[in-house]
Amino acid sequence: MRSGKLLLTGAHRLAILVYVVFALFPLFWLLKVSVTPNDLLYSEGVRMWPSRTTFEHFQFVIAHSAFPTFFKNSLIVSGATAVVVTILASLSGYALSRFTFRAKYWIVALMLITQMFPLVMLVAPIFKMLSPLGLTNSLTGLVIVYSAFNVPFATFLMQSFFDGIPKDLEEAAMIDGATQFVAFRQIILPLTLPGIAATLGFVFTAAWSELLFALMLISGNDAATFPVGLLTFVSKFSVDFGQMMAAGVLALIPACLFFLLIQRYLVQGLTAGAVKG
Amino acid sequence: MASIDIESVRKSYGPFPVLHGVDLTIRDGEFIVLVGPSGCGKSTLLRMIAGLEEVTSGEIRISGNRVNDLAPKDRDIAMVFQSYALYPHMSVADNMSYSLRLRKTAKEKIASAVGSAATKLGLDPLLERRPKALSGGQRQRVAMGRAIVRQPKAFLFDEPLSNLDARLREQMRAEIKKLHADLKATSIYVTHDQIEAMTLADRIVAMHGGVVQQVGTPLELYDTPANLFVAGFIGSPGMNFLEGRYVVTGEGAGIRLSDGTVVPVARRTGIGPDAAVTLGIRPEHVVISDSGMLEAGVELVEPTGFGIILHLSLHGLPFKIFTLDREALSAGPKVRVDFPQKHLHVFDEKGNRVD
Repeated sequence: MRSGKLLLTGAHRLAILVYVVFALFPLFWLLKVSVTPNDLLYSEGVRMWPSRTTFEHFQFVIAHSAFPTFFKNSLIVSGATAVVVTILASLSGYALSRFTFRAKYWIVALMLITQMFPLVMLVAPIFKMLSPLGLTNSLTGLVIVYSAFNVPFATFLMQSFFDGIPKDLEEAAMIDGATQFVAFRQIILPLTLPGIAATLGFVFTAAWSELLFALMLISGNDAATFPVGLLTFVSKFSVDFGQMMAAGVLALIPACLFFLLIQRYLVQGLTAGAVKG
Repeated sequence: MASIDIESVRKSYGPFPVLHGVDLTIRDGEFIVLVGPSGCGKSTLLRMIAGLEEVTSGEIRISGNRVNDLAPKDRDIAMVFQSYALYPHMSVADNMSYSLRLRKTAKEKIASAVGSAATKLGLDPLLERRPKALSGGQRQRVAMGRAIVRQPKAFLFDEPLSNLDARLREQMRAEIKKLHADLKATSIYVTHDQIEAMTLADRIVAMHGGVVQQVGTPLELYDTPANLFVAGFIGSPGMNFLEGRYVVTGEGAGIRLSDGTVVPVARRTGIGPDAAVTLGIRPEHVVISDSGMLEAGVELVEPTGFGIILHLSLHGLPFKIFTLDREALSAGPKVRVDFPQKHLHVFDEKGNRVD
């Protein structure tokens, strides 16, 4: 019985380990290739770690390519999208969670419908719409498009967080002397920090890795985001894997940092002690 | 402090009426308890006074001023919620001072108001804690503290004790009563617990099905319930009811029960002979005696320590007796009972009291 249980636990841990290795292996490979000197890349066969490592790819990417521009553009686009979407989604999610109003049902249905289209279908019409507005080839254009596509899902996400906060709290605040908006800002919003963090993280990473629209709406390096920029390492006759991977490793940093920053809020149950318990 | 007037107040949710016209005048400094079963509209009425629900029709006045269209924040009332509704991200002190901070009260004033409320409620050592680090009773106290710091015109309580265990509830009940004696603030207290209603209220408003059934002091409701609902709701164990017909005898009158026994009662007006009536008597008023006129089978004996509840079967119907006499423990299998005339209640076919 005891050994059976031990075996089961062991198998469970092993399964998790296998999964983690499987999930992280591409990242490891990314790192490995990024530090492999060019002359060893094809000559050493398949090895877990090159016999000699180098940071020359990183140096080149940072100093001599347009990567810093891509990086900066991506940071701006993803950051702005995350902030815009989170603000809009908090407000609309709160409205859906707390208010009853006419056409609420239809608004929800419409927002769901927007999630049903394959994005590829929308590339051409969106290009047509943005082009006369001068929003192609601009970061603002990308922020608008990304925000539009992320707001519905983020709204539902935020709504579920608001639903989890007892209505009594803002009623208490309103009796204490707050308007509904002040109650929202001072009482409810601080309690939805986990939700806000989750939404920020979700939208940031979605925008960070978005390729399709970035590729279609942006031409030229000035406004290119990093996923588009990665393609510049693919030239007509060869792919510069070392530099591409180095750029990839660098691109991972902000996403990691971002989640490091917000993970505290993601795991915290902030509403503990609000109501009976 | 303020008086509160409620005039023909109705509430419907869409086509569904919940309150069918409530009239009530609450005097300055009075402690009013709204009592009734779940769904009777008592909480809705309270929330309408607070401004958390809209008034469908009718008028609510606080200190003579119509407040129907005022936001909760402009009504100057405080409310204690059943769930306490403490702000989890604020310390106890911040929870209590929130209303004063919103009103931009001077810092020193806030500190002294919070300090004195905390002392009154024994919260001094807890001021820096977050709600999650408090026990249920302490949270309840903080909720009370939050209400009293700003000395509002009226206090509203929405079943504030129903999440506490029995002992704590008893203790807090006494504290609320003391607090009211101390602050003399107009208070409206909603509960479904008739003991809380009896012990706390200056006047009880018994509600059922969105209609006020009776307004009066606790003892008025207990001694002269206006109808079957109030008679059955107030008092524990609840009043016994027996169906019968009103008969007029030589000098007096009586109620003829189904087995033909006539229980003598005082003459009633406003009711004709042979009218169908319900006879009511409280369990503690039934007398067990060997010469009793009715015989009942003992089904169950419940000693509560303080007294004994006998569950009987009278003419096949459940019937209860409450007695302090420990001899009742060995009662049975049959007992004979008597109904003292002065403790009998008679209700007509519609359930209204007849005297």
